[in-house]
Amino acid sequence: MGLLTLSSPHTHGPNSTSKVMATVILATLPGLAVITALFGWGTFINVLLASATAVASEAAILSIRKRPLAFFLKDNTALLTGVLIGLALPPFAPFWITLVATAFAIVFAKQLYGGMGNNPFNPAMVGYALVLVSFPVQMTTSWALSTQMSGQATLGFADTLQVIFAGSASLADGFSGATPLDAYKHLIAKGTADSVLAEATFNGWLNGGWEWVNLAFLAGGLVLIWRRIISWHIPLAMLVSLSLCSLMLGWDEDMYTPLSLHLLSGATMLGAFFIATDPVSASTTPRGKLIYGAGIGILLYVIRTWGAYPDAVAFAVLLMNFAAPFIDAYTQPRTYGHAKAKRGLPPKQR
Amino acid sequence: MTNLIRLHNFDGGIHPAENKAQSTATPVQQACLPAELVLPLHQHIGAAAKPLVKAGDQVLKGQLIAAADGFVSVPLHAPTSGTIAAVEPRAVPHASGLQEDCIVIIPDGAERWIEHQSLYQQLGLEHLNDISPRQLTEHIRQCGIAGMGGAGFPTAVKLSTGQREIHTLILNGAECEPYITADDMLMRERASEVIQGAQILLHIVGAKGCMIGVEDNKPQAIAALNTALVELGEEHHIDVVTIPTKYPSGGEKQLIKILTGEEVPAGGIPADLGLVCQNVGTAAAIYRAVAFGEPLISRITTLTGDAMQQPGNWEVLIGTPVSHLLQLAGYQPQKRERVIMGGPMMGFALPGLDLPITKTSNCLLAPTEKELPPNDIAMACIRCGMCADACPADLLPQQLYWFSKSQEFDKAEQHNIFDCIECGACSYVCPSHIPLVQYYRYAKGAIREERAAQAKAERARQRFEERLARQEREVAEKEAKRKARAEAAAKAQAAKPAVAADSAAATSNAPAADGNAELEKLQKQFDAAQSALAKTKEKLEAARADESMADKVPLFESALNKTQDKIKDLAKQLAAAKKAAKAAPVAASAATTDTDKGDPNSPERLKRKWETAQARLDTALKRLAEAKEQGLDTVDALQTGVDKQQERVNEAKAAYDASVADGAAAGATVGGSTAPQATGAQTADNSAADQAANIEALNKKILAQQDRVAKMQERLDMAKAEGLDTVDALTLGVQKQQDKLLQLQQELAALAPAGTTSNEAS
Repeated sequence: MGLLTLSSPHTHGPNSTSKVMATVILATLPGLAVITALFGWGTFINVLLASATAVASEAAILSIRKRPLAFFLKDNTALLTGVLIGLALPPFAPFWITLVATAFAIVFAKQLYGGMGNNPFNPAMVGYALVLVSFPVQMTTSWALSTQMSGQATLGFADTLQVIFAGSASLADGFSGATPLDAYKHLIAKGTADSVLAEATFNGWLNGGWEWVNLAFLAGGLVLIWRRIISWHIPLAMLVSLSLCSLMLGWDEDMYTPLSLHLLSGATMLGAFFIATDPVSASTTPRGKLIYGAGIGILLYVIRTWGAYPDAVAFAVLLMNFAAPFIDAYTQPRTYGHAKAKRGLPPKQR
Repeated sequence: MTNLIRLHNFDGGIHPAENKAQSTATPVQQACLPAELVLPLHQHIGAAAKPLVKAGDQVLKGQLIAAADGFVSVPLHAPTSGTIAAVEPRAVPHASGLQEDCIVIIPDGAERWIEHQSLYQQLGLEHLNDISPRQLTEHIRQCGIAGMGGAGFPTAVKLSTGQREIHTLILNGAECEPYITADDMLMRERASEVIQGAQILLHIVGAKGCMIGVEDNKPQAIAALNTALVELGEEHHIDVVTIPTKYPSGGEKQLIKILTGEEVPAGGIPADLGLVCQNVGTAAAIYRAVAFGEPLISRITTLTGDAMQQPGNWEVLIGTPVSHLLQLAGYQPQKRERVIMGGPMMGFALPGLDLPITKTSNCLLAPTEKELPPNDIAMACIRCGMCADACPADLLPQQLYWFSKSQEFDKAEQHNIFDCIECGACSYVCPSHIPLVQYYRYAKGAIREERAAQAKAERARQRFEERLARQEREVAEKEAKRKARAEAAAKAQAAKPAVAADSAAATSNAPAADGNAELEKLQKQFDAAQSALAKTKEKLEAARADESMADKVPLFESALNKTQDKIKDLAKQLAAAKKAAKAAPVAASAATTDTDKGDPNSPERLKRKWETAQARLDTALKRLAEAKEQGLDTVDALQTGVDKQQERVNEAKAAYDASVADGAAAGATVGGSTAPQATGAQTADNSAADQAANIEALNKKILAQQDRVAKMQERLDMAKAEGLDTVDALTLGVQKQQDKLLQLQQELAALAPAGTTSNEAS
């Protein structure tokens, strides 16, 4: 008869993966705008460069894998990975760092595992971690100073392009410096909270503009929760556990980084709402998400406080990625009609 | 609404576009008679009905044309008067696309009803309360009523709740699927029938109250029900409960959660919570069955979708072809034609339009492509978890998807895949447009198959082990018998010289005769063993020649060795027996002349021979049956053996009959006086023996019954584990079987003491 026979349901909600990804990208724009306004064009250029690299890498691998290009590129996941890497990298990072991080993220961390949905680790963070451990100098010295901190206007667009692409690092002198998280950690060892704030790096401003960046990402993240793109579990658990660690272990701001700096500096909000919530590599059960988020918060505090790196979102997220499948298996919800939730996986047979 | 009912919420759920207004603009219309009606024998859950008519028969409207086959089954009635055109396999509306037996009726247009009357008239009773629940349930069964909400579970079975006490009846008028308005229109136009159906149901299950759950998008239905409640004066027992519109609130489990806050336990049924849930359409059908004696021969079906020019609801005869109805609603065939039976969430797309409406067909949806775009190509799962948020059963749909896709069925089961109700909410929200439900159906099917295969293998293993044990037992028994015989022979041998030496002829004749018989037997056994040896040798040769049987060679060799040992053994015994026989004959010969005990043609011996032959025949028959059952290749050989044995039995019987006839003629004068006494003793003996035989038979029956109960329980457990809809039926089955067992045990108890006393007396 030639009638169309498809399995139920025959109707579908308006949602699509492309839209989900596009919404996430849009939600990062306030953050990007604030960064650009306060720290200059570096991050903006990085985001464009990383996005282009991501899409190109994705297309290259897809064509090698003989997959339909348009169908997969329109899901916007590669673009999102590029945007996140661009946002995470230091504004004055040389162009090749962005290229290496992004290409590695797409080719190795995503496509070699089977493409979208199959990667056990957050691709953006794999790319970021690679360049962080491989090129520590460029990754720590390429951070821009905000107008508040440097007391002068940010570097112009053309100059920034030169710094990034031509390697004219000297142009950035006076515009770059350690991030507040980094500076506080090192300076507090020799002084008190007041003396640290008086240092030239801080210029009297604890967060030096980073608070506005974090608040912008927080706003974007709240939009995602409101749009039901992400659930509140992971960000809340992560921020609460980070705060508790800071309050219990590092309450003395003459010795440790204060809570306000933990929450509103570095990649905290970007990590909490945009990176830890990557659904593919995160835990998926409601309780699992709480454990997963809390784990990231604890690791973040531990590495920031006692580790060698000033920030630790990438490492914290990647370490919890390892644990996500295990967490999922032990945090099944209680199914309707069952007295108790099941736990764990069935024993291996034979 | 007299009682204040606190509503609860179930987790998950979705809000798809309702699309109900299209089909509620016009009242329910009567569909005209089609050229033919096709009635599948299997429109419900359970066994298919058994046809009672054949091609050419004339039937009347409402006439029984197929009977229920067993407890979980539903009979079928002619929806109109006419001629049976055929009883043959036809395509039926089932997702499998398979053909099933259907009764085809060519209507004569007269719509002549068979004589029918209300149950009250039938029973000569006036009030509902005078009729016993059992009678009502039976009447519902006979009227062919199966759940009209979708699944088609036999209503009478659902109402047989066994020992469980039911406190509340729930009528499901939620109708949460988009597009469908059949129940809505029924409640609007026939609210009083629904309420009166509820009255009957309340009486049957003995519940105190009834809640009718209706989504708040059906205000007219709610108003109509409330008006009917007041008119019938039932506002104190029955509540019309308005529930928020959310899919799938009409799922039985979800509706129960909303109305009571309780959850039907996994593998259980609502009756476990003291609840019975019925569809409003079923309630109306029950009312018509009781009040008018009308069987279920029609239903209200929604015809809707943008491909229909006049969407609406029609009262449709069961068996009406879909194509006929589509015409009524002004169906415009689309480029990519698609007609869905049921709603857009759980309905299935029909493979053709020549399929009939069944008792469960609540909707025909013919959407345009723009209206319900066919699924896109699925993108990869990004584990976003939106499916888990939408799942009304609190499952992890995306985990189930990964497990189903990778065929990790044990993990899928660990994640409760059998608690999935296939509502489609997960698929609806999936941003990657993955047909999730299809994966779950696949996994469930595969798991069921796996379980069936496992159960089969387990049965085969048990059978094999039992067979081995039986064979061992038989060998041991034979050995024991042989030993006993040898001992008896040795004893006889030892006794003989003494007997021969000091005895009179009269006493010695028995052992002598025994010796003769023993000798004869041994000779026979020896001959048989030798022929067996020859056969085994032949087989061994054949096996050696045939490579495919190479693995059997050692088997035959050991058999050969055994047979050889046996022959040696027998030869020895034979020699000993012959010696003994030689020693005895002189003494015996004198005696044998005056008694016929040694006479090989005496009736007694002939009888014994006949009996032995009969016993052998029985054993042979048993073996043959076993071989047939297990499909062994020895069947032919056994068959010839049985035939031969049968001949022997016949011969022996003929010989015995002849000798008895002779003996009767001769002994009529001699034994006349002793006969009555003997018979007296015999009858006493017989009654005791009868008793014993009865007890034994009962014991056997009880064993068999225990077996049945165990099997039934097993099936029930399986059904529970899989969450099948047959749980209700199986639970009842188990109860029934247990009752039967109890009865048998009581019978035995009644018999056993009597048996013992009579034994003692004798």
